[in-house]
Amino acid sequence: MFRQWMIKSILVLIIAALVVLGAIPLYKHRHFNLPIVAGPGVTKVVQLSNYCSGLKGTMADTRVYFLEGKEKGGKALILANNHANEPAGLLAAIIFIENAAVEKGTLIIIPEFNNSASRSTRPGDGYPLYFEIKTGWGKKKFRMGNRDAAPLDQWPDPDVYIHYPDKQLLSFIDTRNTNRTWPGRPDGPLMEKVTFAAMEIMRKEKVDIVLDMHGAETMFPVTNCIVAPEKSSKIATLTSLFVKAGEGFESHVEPSPSGFRGLSHREIGDYSEALPFLLEAPIPFLDQPTGPKTEKLLLDGKDSFLLSLARKKKLFVSYDENGWPMDKRVGQHCSVALEIIRQFSKKLPERGLKILDVPRYAQVVQNGVGHYFHNPARADKKNVYDN
Amino acid sequence: MLTSLSLLNGAGDGGESMNIIMIIYYVISAFLAAMLIWNFIREKKNFDDMILYLIVLIPLLLRVLRIK
Repeated sequence: MFRQWMIKSILVLIIAALVVLGAIPLYKHRHFNLPIVAGPGVTKVVQLSNYCSGLKGTMADTRVYFLEGKEKGGKALILANNHANEPAGLLAAIIFIENAAVEKGTLIIIPEFNNSASRSTRPGDGYPLYFEIKTGWGKKKFRMGNRDAAPLDQWPDPDVYIHYPDKQLLSFIDTRNTNRTWPGRPDGPLMEKVTFAAMEIMRKEKVDIVLDMHGAETMFPVTNCIVAPEKSSKIATLTSLFVKAGEGFESHVEPSPSGFRGLSHREIGDYSEALPFLLEAPIPFLDQPTGPKTEKLLLDGKDSFLLSLARKKKLFVSYDENGWPMDKRVGQHCSVALEIIRQFSKKLPERGLKILDVPRYAQVVQNGVGHYFHNPARADKKNVYDN
Repeated sequence: MLTSLSLLNGAGDGGESMNIIMIIYYVISAFLAAMLIWNFIREKKNFDDMILYLIVLIPLLLRVLRIK
């Protein structure tokens, strides 16, 4: 009897130790906050739940930054971390928040659009929980998230996700994917509330253009591009031509398929007046045939398996020993976003925007992303927001 | 568990059905965890089963504690 209880106690202790050791890093990751310093252009910061009360008090609620110019003009909305395992968009969004000076029009930025996903990780893929970017004042630490919201916040998944309102049958996992739940509804699952709140921003604030920043595998055909529906295609094409000619990088245009529902570039265009653009920068980290999913691979994009595949012409982007570093991806997002805004402003001057002090591709590649991040420890506390 | 349930969202805005299902799943998880613990305590001889009960318990425990 004593021996039996002794063994049971040892087993319980071993399992308890495993649970605690495994749980602490996950708990810390879920509750780690990313400080963002509101730059000179930020005029107000509100919660997404202001636009959909169902988000209040949940992990899906997130901050919305407004950068309002003195001169009236158009409005642009930037969404980043819609997929929280594609962080180049987040870094570009932070560059805008911490540096942009808006002279005309209004820029609205949601850096952690799928906040729940940014506090989760991908089971079984060995993702790093964090990554760090070198800055002039030290390293800035970021959560590495997942593509889909945490099941802790929206559970259980259905067998099949039935898209609202089109009733198209999508994969069960897409019920937690905020790039499949557009246009959303106020009384739907939590992720539909997130996209509904964003649609409410577009409707209430009369947003003209929406830029949804993503990353895509080098082996996926829809990568290194701007995905645009019919009504955005002219501006997208001009942007593609201008960045190619003026800044020397590719970002071709992909048409938004009308039969594939739930995506931002489709539903925002169909359910609001805004012109949507989805920006894809290559992210080798997400490709399947790579080595370990390390922080290094995430940041430098160098992988020998991808290099071998590139030599066999199996990739949809050019790829060499230099990989596809984060600075390049973030620089592309900054330049493409600025160029789309510029092209829109040329087309509709009365709804135009004038944004200063945001670096373009060449500057980000030369100086590094971290050069544009401000030290939250040195900043005025009232300007530092946890995200 | 109560703290966990208080984090659930959307009460009163039409999202109740989703929340009720979520609450039911948490209750099912807690029930299964309790059954596994009960079986572990009752198991007298088979150490393989004891280990099995504890291993199966891990994901349920992490979910009920809202960690993973």
